[in-house]
Amino acid sequence: MVTAGIDIGAKTVKVVLAEAGRVLGKSLVLAGLDSAAATERAFDQALTAAGLKRDQVGRLMATGTGRKGCHLTAAQITEVGAAARGMTHLLPSCRTVIDVGAEEGRTVRCDGQGKVIDFAFNEKCAAGAGAFAEGMARALEVPLEELGPLALKSQQAVPMNAQCAVFAESEVVTLIHNKTPRADIARAVLDAIASRIISMVRKVGFEKDVALIGGVALNPGFVAAMQRGLELELHVPADPEYVGALGAALAAADAGPTAGRSSGQEAQA
Amino acid sequence: MSEKKEYWRWKEYRWHDESLDWHDAEIISAGVDIGSVSSQAVVMLDGRLYAYSNQRTGYDSPESARKAIDWAMEGTGLTLDRIHYTVGTGYGRVNVPFADKAITEIACHARGGNFMYGPTVRTILDMGGQDCKAIRCDERGKVEAFLMNDKCAAGTGRGMEVFADLLSIPIEKVGELSLSVEEEPEPVSSTCVIFAKSEASALLREGWPKNKVLAAYCAAMAHRVVTLLERIEVKKDFAITGGIAKNSGVVKRLEQELGLESLKSRYDPQIAGAVGAALFAQVLETKRRKG
Amino acid sequence: MIANYGYKDGSGDFFITIDTDKCDGCGACVPACPGRVFVVGEDPNDPLREEPVAMVSEEQRKKLKYTCAPCKPDHDRPPLPCVVACPPGAIGHSW
Repeated sequence: MVTAGIDIGAKTVKVVLAEAGRVLGKSLVLAGLDSAAATERAFDQALTAAGLKRDQVGRLMATGTGRKGCHLTAAQITEVGAAARGMTHLLPSCRTVIDVGAEEGRTVRCDGQGKVIDFAFNEKCAAGAGAFAEGMARALEVPLEELGPLALKSQQAVPMNAQCAVFAESEVVTLIHNKTPRADIARAVLDAIASRIISMVRKVGFEKDVALIGGVALNPGFVAAMQRGLELELHVPADPEYVGALGAALAAADAGPTAGRSSGQEAQA
Repeated sequence: MSEKKEYWRWKEYRWHDESLDWHDAEIISAGVDIGSVSSQAVVMLDGRLYAYSNQRTGYDSPESARKAIDWAMEGTGLTLDRIHYTVGTGYGRVNVPFADKAITEIACHARGGNFMYGPTVRTILDMGGQDCKAIRCDERGKVEAFLMNDKCAAGTGRGMEVFADLLSIPIEKVGELSLSVEEEPEPVSSTCVIFAKSEASALLREGWPKNKVLAAYCAAMAHRVVTLLERIEVKKDFAITGGIAKNSGVVKRLEQELGLESLKSRYDPQIAGAVGAALFAQVLETKRRKG
Repeated sequence: MIANYGYKDGSGDFFITIDTDKCDGCGACVPACPGRVFVVGEDPNDPLREEPVAMVSEEQRKKLKYTCAPCKPDHDRPPLPCVVACPPGAIGHSW
């Protein structure tokens, strides 16, 4: 049976269509100010990519910060459940999943079946998530996707005093004015986010294998900073931002015959 | 500090008391408050307020300090070498090259608040460009309790600037505009300025007029500040210093929530730190002369 | 003086309180803290105080949530080493 996982995040909506553990199609759309419209678009695009029609999808499940308002299904799974389910499917030896999104950072300890054992969040503060990187990329006047490669060119570590995304923007402007190399500033920014995420990870502890998912995992400078800080090699899957949606799609398939479009069941995997 | 944000600009100015002559003074002391956003310099003659200046802090703290004191002295004939003792305060206090000592904003705001608002003041709220301080003091302006937040932009001038910018409203008009609403809206729910800004964008999309969005943000800011104040226990009389004192939208809501009116001073509330610093300079010079 | 060092942000209130009337600057808190949060020196907020006082270092002041995290697990939280180390009981945590 084909299932759909819908991850309604703060910045983007991701949809993954899967069958028997295989991804058939996926799509990512900017959430903008109308996440329902974005969800529709993402769903349609994923269907097109998979060569399927809506009525061919058996069950759907939503995850992400906007899952409660999802108009396509009432079946939900928490982000930590989805992350654990999705990641252990891709890497059965995975026991810790670090998920860094635009507005929230999460860490999950799980077992081999993707069952959640413990977790923690970095929430309600932009400094602990991707929004920090976005703001600094703006201040550095580089596109977000170039922030990571820029940071990798850094020759030395530069301290960053500001612990707030708003203050850090002013600090970056001052650093640029004082001729600090942009690459060093970029690295300082990513090191800062990494240290905040790592502190959260250490609170819950971690066990190998450790994976890094979410949109921010696409940033090679961030991955490098995380590996440096944890002194560990991290597994970053291809398409790290889709793992949550994949987990939701898999959870939809796991759910018994009574679950479905209108069950409203909250599954924790 | 970013030049492209025009809505942040406020008037810079200086003043001095023409009825006083610094030649008659025993001790000429100065206080320089270098904040991350604005800088003030105050000159006192035997503990009497003589001159002050208020301007934007530049990229270079030592240079900003020098500009601040020079501007305060402009037109008086006084020069830096004639000042007996200078105390630096504020975020950039260690970068005031001509200062004899650096003292924290906490101690200086308590002293300065006591001078500007009188010996009955017991609780001072200072909201600067990048910080928020709650101070309780005694009748002499000595600190009894304090709390400072300079980690998070919520509840600081920068937080307000982000909103002024979002709504394209000059910062000096924010307060008045926020009070022009018919009915008080629900305060913005996110504490984080970045998330609050997204929330506000969504509200604008829904058709909220600018004054309503401002009212929601001022209300959220006032409430947040009250929770900080409660940690040090508010006692009357209450005074507000720093740039935010000029924002009636936050001040009025704050007074309402606290059930206390804030004292007013005939001097600019932004100079409180520098005033306190100049007073400390006066005391320290007196001590020094006694040997 | 009740000195509150730390911050409040979207995720909560993180303040370490030092009662400087009780603190005599003995410095026992300095080595007790695994995160090197405390330093002892001239009171920056009371220029007329003569004896040294404990305070939260400039470096850690804005990161307390993260720095103190190892001493504050979600379950079975032991007494905080800094609080235990202080003879007059001058140190307090808001979380």
